[in-house]
Amino acid sequence: MTYTEIERQWTTRLRRRFVRLLPPEKLLPDTQPTYVSSWIYVFGVTTLAALAVVIASGCLLALRGPQWWHTSSVGHFVNSLHLWSVEIFFFAMVVHLWGKYFMAAWRGGRALTWMTGVVTFLTSIAAAFTGYVSQSNFDSQWISTQAKDGINATGAGAYFNVLNLGQMLMWHIVLLPLAAIVLTGLHVILVRVKGVVPPFEEPVKVSQ
Amino acid sequence: MSKRFRPDVDVAPWKGGHSPYDIIKEGTIALVVVGLLTLILAVVFGSPDELAITIKTWSNATPLDFAATALSELNLTSGTAQYGAPYNNASTGQQLGPLQLAKWVGARIPINTVNDFVIDPLKSLPAQPDLSTGLKQWSSASSATRSHWVSSYTKASAKMTFVNGQVTVTASDVGPLPVLINNLTEMARSGALDQALVTQAGFYTTDFTLPLLFLADGSYLASLADHQHLTGDQWGMMNETGNYPGQAWLWLYTFWYQIPPFNASGNGDVLVWGLMMALSVVLLLVPFIPGLRSIPRKTRIYRVIWREHYQSVAKE
Ligand code: HEM
Repeated sequence: MTYTEIERQWTTRLRRRFVRLLPPEKLLPDTQPTYVSSWIYVFGVTTLAALAVVIASGCLLALRGPQWWHTSSVGHFVNSLHLWSVEIFFFAMVVHLWGKYFMAAWRGGRALTWMTGVVTFLTSIAAAFTGYVSQSNFDSQWISTQAKDGINATGAGAYFNVLNLGQMLMWHIVLLPLAAIVLTGLHVILVRVKGVVPPFEEPVKVSQ
Repeated sequence: MSKRFRPDVDVAPWKGGHSPYDIIKEGTIALVVVGLLTLILAVVFGSPDELAITIKTWSNATPLDFAATALSELNLTSGTAQYGAPYNNASTGQQLGPLQLAKWVGARIPINTVNDFVIDPLKSLPAQPDLSTGLKQWSSASSATRSHWVSSYTKASAKMTFVNGQVTVTASDVGPLPVLINNLTEMARSGALDQALVTQAGFYTTDFTLPLLFLADGSYLASLADHQHLTGDQWGMMNETGNYPGQAWLWLYTFWYQIPPFNASGNGDVLVWGLMMALSVVLLLVPFIPGLRSIPRKTRIYRVIWREHYQSVAKE
């Protein structure tokens, strides 16, 4: 099979840029620098796995509509899966965040990785909050009537009405998950492009 | 042309070795473990689903609280009536220093508590002689007459009673108010008010702004929340009913509400929000903030994280 690249073409240029930025062996590497051996690395991938479970259980909840889980024990169980995967997700993400902080993992041109992480964190908080107010039960009545004062005080409440179930549900199941997924994708790609940050160099000999 | 090496910003290229690392296998294992853990937690602990309350349950549980709240919508003393933006222009609302953020945006979700909570729902009831007369009397009265009726009724309302399904206030010169308040309470106790408040926007609706604000204006919702340890001074927002972790990640946001000046200020909400936004920006910009970005290097916690690496370096 012969294959010739067409020169001076938008498509070719874009492909070359992609491949230069993230060649397959960098996207899916089979080795890592030797310093990549610590329990802390588990939390990034655990956050990613938990996000997958959150999305999958959310999709199951969506199948039969927003009232289903109030009336069906199967639905309620799916809701429990969704809740607990969210708790695991946040736990893992917060440990990941502090881990990356104490590794100063923004070093070596990785500031954007850190920043996409922070924005994902904030987006996830908003996503979880809209989930709580979309539950259509006592919790959502209380949380929404309390939270409205904070959001109204900033002026945003005029456009982001936490008492409007339809609006909150749309944000919870479409806009915010979409944002979280796109941001997470960007974050993980940035990690692959830059490689894993090396430890601080310590010139001093350590006495054990 | 050599730039100075900044230890909190730059890294030296890695000259050490590489070892096999199967990220796809790691990811698969993580997915299976998280899936199983979720399953176990869901089976063991389940999830809370405390039924939503209704205006019907509220007005049957505490009819006088309901009637007093209805009156507060008429005499404009309720939380919603005095709110300011985005519901009305009754007050400036909260301010962040000189910034009147809410007021500048304006009353974009306009609510007239007299009409939206009392008069319009009553108009939707099937005609009954005394109610129709009362509503006619109300709509043809001047606003001065209305205020006079409302204030006479309000003065006498301290002795409001609820006997045999009727709200009674002994007072004179109150126009149709006794009829209006009593009918609204009956309407609420039948469940018709719940429906009237959501259907104001037409047949299909997903907007519960009106019934939620009405509920929040009364004290029944808050008393239930208090039982469930959900109020603000009990770290409210981040909890949920039952013994569930809730939104534990809101701990810092909720924390500010427990301490001065936030818990004592009329501008508490906007102060907390302003602070949290500023802190979020700080978190976002950590890699660029001198001092903050040096803490990891100086505390040397990284030596615990990369323990194996430093041990092998030490051996060389
Ligand atoms: C949905 C949320 C998130 C997911 C799924 C996620 C996932 C990951 C994964 C899989 C890695 C590579 C493995 C590792 O180093 O642990 C990583 C690296 C990284 N993450 Fe996150 N992350 C999330 C949120 C955050 C947050 C909130 C921050 C910090 C504010 C952050 C900062 C970083 C940094 C700086 C790296 C690069 C680490 C290095 O080079 O060693 N991430 N993330």
